[in-house]
Amino acid sequence: MAELDSSGGGGGKGGKVRSKKQSTRVDLTAMVDLAFLLITFFMLTTSLSKPLAMDIAKPDKDENNTDNKLEVKQSQTMTILLGKNDKIMWYMGEPGKSQPTIEGFADIEKSLLDNKAKVKAATGKDIMVIVRPTDGATYKNFVDIMDWLSITKTNLTAPAVDDDPKNLLDIERDLMKKEGIL
Amino acid sequence: MGRIKVPRKSTSIDMTAMCDVSFLLLTFFILTATARQPDPLSIVTPSSTVQFKVPDKDLSILSIGKGKVFMEIIGRDVKILTLQKMASLYGTSFSNEEAIRFGVIGAFGVPFNQLKNYINANADQRTNLEKQFNGIPTDSTRNGELYRWVEQSRRATAELHNTEMRISIKGDANEQYPTVRKIVDVLQRQSLNKFSLITSAEASK
Repeated sequence: MAELDSSGGGGGKGGKVRSKKQSTRVDLTAMVDLAFLLITFFMLTTSLSKPLAMDIAKPDKDENNTDNKLEVKQSQTMTILLGKNDKIMWYMGEPGKSQPTIEGFADIEKSLLDNKAKVKAATGKDIMVIVRPTDGATYKNFVDIMDWLSITKTNLTAPAVDDDPKNLLDIERDLMKKEGIL
Repeated sequence: MGRIKVPRKSTSIDMTAMCDVSFLLLTFFILTATARQPDPLSIVTPSSTVQFKVPDKDLSILSIGKGKVFMEIIGRDVKILTLQKMASLYGTSFSNEEAIRFGVIGAFGVPFNQLKNYINANADQRTNLEKQFNGIPTDSTRNGELYRWVEQSRRATAELHNTEMRISIKGDANEQYPTVRKIVDVLQRQSLNKFSLITSAEASK
């Protein structure tokens, strides 16, 4: 197939019958075809890039002992509420005392870094972030915010994830409803 | 006048090198291959910048998508022992053959009373069963099936490999958070406070 006979037909002059010299060359085209077919098959069926695992540690939830709570100063906490339509509401300190900010995921990096620096300057302590995914949030929102926290190294300790809907304060609920993100 | 003679060249190409390379690649792909399991829930994982790879043993993956939960226990020996433990817990039994069949199933998501049918079914029937039922029941009581599966697979891992089993949650990016919360609650009820979320890679920022 890949080899064209380009020798100009040997003249049959001599009367002697000579055994033709056989070429030692093997046509590898078919073999290469097959090999590439198999390569393609294996490339498509393997998952080369392994998925990554993001570790999450949640505080111990003891049904019998509900008062093992960590007291955190209001001045160093930042509460992040994940709402629907990929919106975030965050506020510093106590709810209602400070104006909450509503923003998307594109701006959260700056806010996190700003607040981290502010808390450090004001109290000399590290910021505590409380993440509250509400019912309107998607799983992606949650992964994204955890990722941002680790990228900006905002929480040196593990971020407190508080996803119990019972812990969502009325004032937070009202604020989020007003903004249409709950 | 002497005409310049163009020597007639052979059109054949030496395929040896190409053949060598292609077989080298082929060998590489065969050796690194881990056949991709068909994903019944067609999950698109969100991306993150973490660098930690998902381990490939002593692990269970809870897949969440469309409000359903599927479970995949990695490791055939653990899977079979978990099945036997579950069977004795629910007062049924599985034959040896069924246990071996279960050992090669990837992610499963049917209630326990349907598991026998599920194991004995072929691929098409399994897909039907998966559609018919709502994944593994996740009622958050201590007798919930998901709770039992996780509990028994942890015990099986501890017995066989002497290590703590890791739990990974593989959620669809657009899954509503309450579904995820339900699963996390099940895990936390057995003091499993550390687990990982499976994400795909993203360029670090």
